[in-house]
Amino acid sequence: MLKQCEGSHAVAEAVALCRPEVICAYPISPQTHIVEGLGEMVKGGELKDCEFINVESEFAAMSVAIGSSAAGARTYTATASQGLLFMAEAVYNASGLGLPIVMTVANRAIGAPINIWNDHTDALSQRDAGWLQIFAENNQEAVDLHIQAFRLAEELSLPVMVCMDGFILTHAYERVDIPSQEQVDAYLPPYEPRQVLDPQAPVSIGAMVGPEAFMEVRYLAHAKQMQALERIPEYAAEFKAVFGRDSGGLCHTYQAEGADTLIVAMGSVLGTIKDVVDEMREAGHKIGVLGITLFRPFPIKQVRDALHRAKRVVVLEKSLAVGLGGIVSTNVRMALSALPIDVYTVVAGLGGRAITKRSLHALFRKAEKDDIDAVSFLDLNHALVDKHLAREKAHRRSGPVAEALLREVGTVAAKIA
Amino acid sequence: MFQVRIHGRGGQGVVTAAEMLSIAAFEEGRHAQAFPSFGSERTGAPVVAFCRIADKEIRLREPIMEPDALIIQDPTLLHQVDVFAGLKRDGYVLINTNKSFEELGLGDFLKDWHAERLCTVSATEIGLRCVGRPVPNVPLLGGFAAVSQLLKLESVVKAINDKFSGKVAEGNIAAAAEAYQVVMREMEEAKKEAVHA
Repeated sequence: MLKQCEGSHAVAEAVALCRPEVICAYPISPQTHIVEGLGEMVKGGELKDCEFINVESEFAAMSVAIGSSAAGARTYTATASQGLLFMAEAVYNASGLGLPIVMTVANRAIGAPINIWNDHTDALSQRDAGWLQIFAENNQEAVDLHIQAFRLAEELSLPVMVCMDGFILTHAYERVDIPSQEQVDAYLPPYEPRQVLDPQAPVSIGAMVGPEAFMEVRYLAHAKQMQALERIPEYAAEFKAVFGRDSGGLCHTYQAEGADTLIVAMGSVLGTIKDVVDEMREAGHKIGVLGITLFRPFPIKQVRDALHRAKRVVVLEKSLAVGLGGIVSTNVRMALSALPIDVYTVVAGLGGRAITKRSLHALFRKAEKDDIDAVSFLDLNHALVDKHLAREKAHRRSGPVAEALLREVGTVAAKIA
Repeated sequence: MFQVRIHGRGGQGVVTAAEMLSIAAFEEGRHAQAFPSFGSERTGAPVVAFCRIADKEIRLREPIMEPDALIIQDPTLLHQVDVFAGLKRDGYVLINTNKSFEELGLGDFLKDWHAERLCTVSATEIGLRCVGRPVPNVPLLGGFAAVSQLLKLESVVKAINDKFSGKVAEGNIAAAAEAYQVVMREMEEAKKEAVHA
């Protein structure tokens, strides 16, 4: 049913339609509305046969999820930012044990300095944790990807992180088509675990493995993710057959035909980029877009196929590999290895900095002339940075950085963008 | 695409207003996107929320920097926040106040504007009387339907019924309708004055 609602609310409805049996979560912005919504549905009896467990931390949330998934229950949780970091040890365990937990990450920056706004640093810090990672472009896709995520997770016996931009999507009201229970039931069969803690047929899950087999267990995790690359397009095609929508898959091009310059990005910023690219196309620029939906496993072949005809690739990413540059762009560079294509890293939108059409127009026009650095930062306030560097040069006790910069910029609450 | 920016203070229902505006537009078969400026939502602190309305899918995710319309829920913000930043020439302005634009010190600033696009309504008083709480957001939506001619009042009523129920919904519907009438009359008078001038 078509409705106008908040992204978090839409995701809560989608998760409920997937008939989870255990939901555990600890509140953290901007994920909170999702699990609040689910909690209400469990309490109100709308979501039946489901246990909602209030836990005392994110570490406990993932630990409970591991337990309930191992016991054969379809399990869901959600987190963001510091919450994801706090559960990190258990995040690795969930995938190492091959437990098909689905978790929403409402993407948010990581501190310090503490910041509740959106970027992709949280999810990308867990990119090598063995979870599948899917990024939603809008709230419709967030709904659809959650439904696909349970299917994927359970078929592959691997956990899946569905990443959606915190606030920008979670708190946005927009038009969403919520599927019917019949549609979801037709797409998502009841959970049939590959391994389960069953007193009738006892097994242990989680043995200690020494040098004699550890490499092999890890290799299998890798091999399983590589298999997922083949299966995911099939699940997306099946999804289309049932729901009538293209959602999910590996990566998607837009206006890429004959493009000399291709912009690569993930998540909701793709919408703004597409608007800019449409305007530039109309003005005769040969520019297009590649949106990456699946970040883990990384669709290296498909990314290469999509980009190999371009003269240059600009990876616009909401993440920073401190001391290197980009995270997404490092992956893209690997996909393009040995090809004579310039790959530019543009770090943008960290900690909720607005990514505006105006800035993108200027950036893409400069990029077309190869007039940008290999690694650059969109709309960085260079004067602010330089001033602080000068301060550090002048004074041994230059003081805390965040506080000094805030003093320079003045009150931020009163500014619009 | 029509872009609305709503300024108010934490506790005045700024974010809810933007959400309801998007629901009203959706009820008329249009695409709409509402979102808050995040994080600063403490009671009394300046809050901004945004709503875009269009006839096709809205992909743009930047904040609204060049609004077609402004709803100002608290006139004390005029001295604190650059609420008019980027407002399009002859954009619509609706302010919650019992003062005139001249009395608010905006006469010179907006003197070349279409007078019928500049409206005020005592939304806090209407809210207090109809809903029992000094919340100006819903009456302002009624007033906005009038000044912008963008939405029907009945669509605002549908949005109210989507968000509230029972007595609260009834009170808000009455408040929206009253503000709608106030602003309609104001526009009529502005038009008359324009003819005489």
